Amino acid sequence: MKHCLVVDDSSVIRKVARRILEGFDLKISEAENGQSALALCKQAMPDGILLDWNMPVMDGYEFLVELRSLPGGDAPKVVFCTTENDVSYITRALRAGADEYVMKPFDKDIIGSKFAEVGLL
Amino acid sequence: MTPADLSFLARFLKERSGLIIGEDKRYLVDSRLGPVARKAGIASIGELIGKLMRGGDTALAQSVVEAMTTNESFFFRDGTPFTQFTDVVLPQLIAARAIQRKIRIWCAACSTGQEPYSLAMLLEQKAALLAGWTVEIVATDLASDVLERARNGLFTQFEVQRGLPVRMLVEHFTQEGDQWRISPKLRNRVQFRTLNLLRDFSPMGAFDVVFCRNVLIYFDEATKGDVVRRIAKQMPADGYLVLGAAETVMGATAPVRSHPNHRGLFMRTDAPAPAAARPALGTGAAHGATLATPPATSLQSKIAAFRR
Ligand SMILES: C[S@@+](CC[C@H](N)C(=O)[O-])C[C@H]1O[C@@H](n2cnc3c(N)ncnc32)[C@H](O)[C@@H]1O
Repeated sequence: MKHCLVVDDSSVIRKVARRILEGFDLKISEAENGQSALALCKQAMPDGILLDWNMPVMDGYEFLVELRSLPGGDAPKVVFCTTENDVSYITRALRAGADEYVMKPFDKDIIGSKFAEVGLL
Repeated sequence: MTPADLSFLARFLKERSGLIIGEDKRYLVDSRLGPVARKAGIASIGELIGKLMRGGDTALAQSVVEAMTTNESFFFRDGTPFTQFTDVVLPQLIAARAIQRKIRIWCAACSTGQEPYSLAMLLEQKAALLAGWTVEIVATDLASDVLERARNGLFTQFEVQRGLPVRMLVEHFTQEGDQWRISPKLRNRVQFRTLNLLRDFSPMGAFDVVFCRNVLIYFDEATKGDVVRRIAKQMPADGYLVLGAAETVMGATAPVRSHPNHRGLFMRTDAPAPAAARPALGTGAAHGATLATPPATSLQSKIAAFRR
C-alpha cells in the first residue's frame, strides 16, 4: 500500500483529502505545516505528498524546496493542492520540482486524475 | 407528458439523432427539456412536444435534439487510446505514408473539443518528426452549442483538471480569469464542423484515423452498425478506428475488427495483418514480395526510432 502525506493547515481539508485518498487505497498521514511535514519525511519518505501552499510556520513552496534537497527527497511525487491558482504560481511550483498541481476547489475525480497522472494510482 | 408524448419524442429523437430513450428516461426528458420550454416561452413539456408534432419550427426541433445529447468529455479521456495513438497509430502511419506525408484524423463526435485538442497536443509533441507533413484534424458533432464552445477553446478550471497534465496546461493554455483558453496554434490545428452521423458523410473524404467514442452507445444496434459500416468506408485499408472504452463491434459481418494486440483499436476487417504480427520475411523470400511489402524489420525500426 502506498503512503501519502497530506499537508494542509486546515483540518477540514485534511479530512476531506484523507477520505478521498483512502478511497484510492492509499495509507495517509497528516501534517499541518511544512515544518512538521519535513520532520515526517526525514523519518520516512512517503510515496506521495498532497501539498497546500499557504500555511503558517513553513509554507508549501519552502517545504518543497527543502524536501528536494534532502537525501531521497526527489522520490516522493508532490501534488500541490492550493487556492493559489494563478499560472505564475503553477510555473514556480513546477520549477521547484512539483509533479502535479490541483487548483482548489477539488473533487475526487480531479484528485484521482492527478494521482494517476503521477503514477500513484 | 403523456405516454403518447413520450413515444412521439422517442421516435423523433431516434430519427433526428439516433438517440434511444426508454420509458425509464422520463426524468431525463423532464430535466433536459424543461429549460428548452422555458427559454421558448412554452408552458409545459407536453406543450413543447405538441409543437414538435405540428412541425415547422426547425430551430425548436434542433434545440430539443441538442438538449437531449450527453456532452460530457474530458482531455485524454480513458488515457489508453491516446497512448495508443502516439505509440501505435502514429508510428505505423508515419511509416506507411512516407510518400504522401499526409494524415487525416476525424473526431466524429467531438463535443466541446477535448478529444481533438488532446490529439493536437500529442501531435505538437511530435512536431519535429512531423515537419513537412500535413496532419489534418477534422472534428464534428451534431450539436452546434457544444461546437461553439469547442471553437472558442475556453475551458473551466474543473475541465482542465480532469485528465490534462498540468505541464500541458501551462504549455498550451493561457489563463483568462478562472478559465483557460487553448493556444491559437492548437486551435488552428482543428477544423470544427457540424455533422449528424445519421446523414451521409462520404463527401468529407478518407480518414486515416477515426475517433468515434462515446456516441454509438446512445444508438440502437442497427444504427450503430450502419454508422460503423459507413465510417469503415471512409477509412483506407490500414486506417484505424478508435471506439470508447467499453464499446465493441460484434458479429461476423462487422466491417471492422479489434486490433489483435491493442484493445480498443479497430481496423477494417479486410485490412492487412498489422506489421508486428506479420511473419518475418526469410532470406528465401521472393524478391518481388520484398519490394512490394517492406520487410517488417524496416517498418519496425522506423517505429522504434519514432518512439525514441
Ligand atoms: C459523450 S459526447 C462524446 C465526446 C467525446 N467523443 C468523448 O468521448 O469524450 C457525445 C457527443 O455525441 C454527439 N452526438 C450525438 N448524436 C450524434 C449524431 N447523430 N451525430 C453526431 N454527433 C452526435 C453529442 O452531441 C455529444 O456531443
